[in-house]
Amino acid sequence: MTIEEIENEIVEEFEMFEDWMQRYEHLIDLGKSMPMIEEKNKTEDKLIKGCQSQVWMHSELKDGKIVYTADSDAIITKGMVALMIRVLSNHTPQEIIDSKLDFIEKIGLTKHLSPTRSNGLLSMIKQMKLDAIAYAAKS
Amino acid sequence: MTELKTSTSLLLNIEAIRADFPILSRKVNGKQLIYFDNGATAQKPVSVIDAIDTYYKNQNANIHRGVHTLSQEITVAYENARTTIQKHLNAKHAHEIVFTSGTTASVNLLASSFAKKNIQAGDEIIISAMEHHSNILPWQQLCEEKDALLKIIPISKEGELIIDEFEKLISNKTKIIAVTHISNTLGTINPIKKIIAIAHSKNIPVMIDGAQAVPHTAVDVQELDCDFYVFSGHKLFGPTGVGVLYGKEKWLNELPPYQVGGGTIKTVTFEKTEYADLPLKFEAGTPHIAGGIGLAAAIDYINTIGLEKIAAYEHELLLYATDALQKIDGLKIIGTAKNKVSVISFIVEGLHPFDIGTLLDQMGIAVRTGHHCTQPLMQFYGVPGTIRASFAFYNTKQEIDEFVKTLMRVINMLK
Repeated sequence: MTIEEIENEIVEEFEMFEDWMQRYEHLIDLGKSMPMIEEKNKTEDKLIKGCQSQVWMHSELKDGKIVYTADSDAIITKGMVALMIRVLSNHTPQEIIDSKLDFIEKIGLTKHLSPTRSNGLLSMIKQMKLDAIAYAAKS
Repeated sequence: MTELKTSTSLLLNIEAIRADFPILSRKVNGKQLIYFDNGATAQKPVSVIDAIDTYYKNQNANIHRGVHTLSQEITVAYENARTTIQKHLNAKHAHEIVFTSGTTASVNLLASSFAKKNIQAGDEIIISAMEHHSNILPWQQLCEEKDALLKIIPISKEGELIIDEFEKLISNKTKIIAVTHISNTLGTINPIKKIIAIAHSKNIPVMIDGAQAVPHTAVDVQELDCDFYVFSGHKLFGPTGVGVLYGKEKWLNELPPYQVGGGTIKTVTFEKTEYADLPLKFEAGTPHIAGGIGLAAAIDYINTIGLEKIAAYEHELLLYATDALQKIDGLKIIGTAKNKVSVISFIVEGLHPFDIGTLLDQMGIAVRTGHHCTQPLMQFYGVPGTIRASFAFYNTKQEIDEFVKTLMRVINMLK
């Protein structure tokens, strides 16, 4: 599936929920079920510091595609991280660079993107794209 | 803590008070707003909003400069605002009240100005383990620049300053002590009168950070005998961007100006400048005139209610909320000092404060989560952050009931 197709799939999933409670419950479930980053990759240099919750993110290139793994100390952040990984992981660096990521707004989670002292989601998206730019430059 | 025997709720007409704060009737995420983030900033009564509105609509002019009517009127109003603050703090002179942009600016002004003449390499400055970053960083930076030493008064597990240890920290190198009156994270009311007395017995000046104290308690700077007292307008139900540095006349006369420029001078030639008298030598540039006027309106407002009644009612809210929160399984209150204001920091075992805060917000409840600009304090308690509910006199027990009920629902969602 393309990045856009996965985004649309997530938007449809979230449309099934009737209220914000269910949306957040879904995010919490996603956070709980997300495969963890390998402990050896949970190092200081993989830490994306948000003011309130922290995110560790690791990326590697496999057969021309980037695979991301991540973890967070906050469960809602982790749910959002899980969504980002589902959308971007296993795509080529160029596809990731070009992605618009409109789904965040469509599923009503835009406020988590505000560049305030919140959760580091914005920094995480930046980091994911920066990694893609780095891999693209190498290839 | 013991339960108050008599209810003080009857002393205040909370319904009428709430009607004075327009924002309290708004909805957030479809729910009636419950505002428990008063420690970050307090809401504004309509009298403050009107004072600012009137200033811009009818009074706007620059102060201390013009011969025209508007300028003279607003200069009088601004200086009256200074007098209102002087009386509120029971300062000896109006010129001991310096307007700044807030607590942070006041501490920076003092640290910078004080250091110019009074700090040499090897000197020592004492602060406490429960300071806000705004009362750590200016001193820390100064110590780095001057090769001075920053010493820290330790606290107990309950969140109280250990006074015996404080006395041991004082040496003949100690040049100034800067301590918070009330902890923004823990709510602890510090024994500042005792600290000031100890410091003065060794001729050391003391600055008190009153940012969290002025909304909750009456402050008498002459009775305390503090050398400096700083606070912000916005936590005192006034506008943002205005604050106060109170300093004893003798100190303010001695200290050199911090920022210089328009308004701070008597005469200027390219060779030499003669600076203005107090307080103008510390007030460079056009000040936040509306802020000063608004702050005076806020002080007038709380004085019509009375800080004693406010303190008694808020104490009742503190006991009520503490009691209810303690019953929640896995919840731990951080900061259990004997003397506290209506600020409760807590953590819930296994859950991240950010998650709890995010879900509470979805249900219309505003609390603060995170480190509250007191990272060293978080390190002391070994937590990444806390959830902080801080109450003002317009909050109610019904809101606390709703908060506790919602919190339990949130905990269930996250577990």
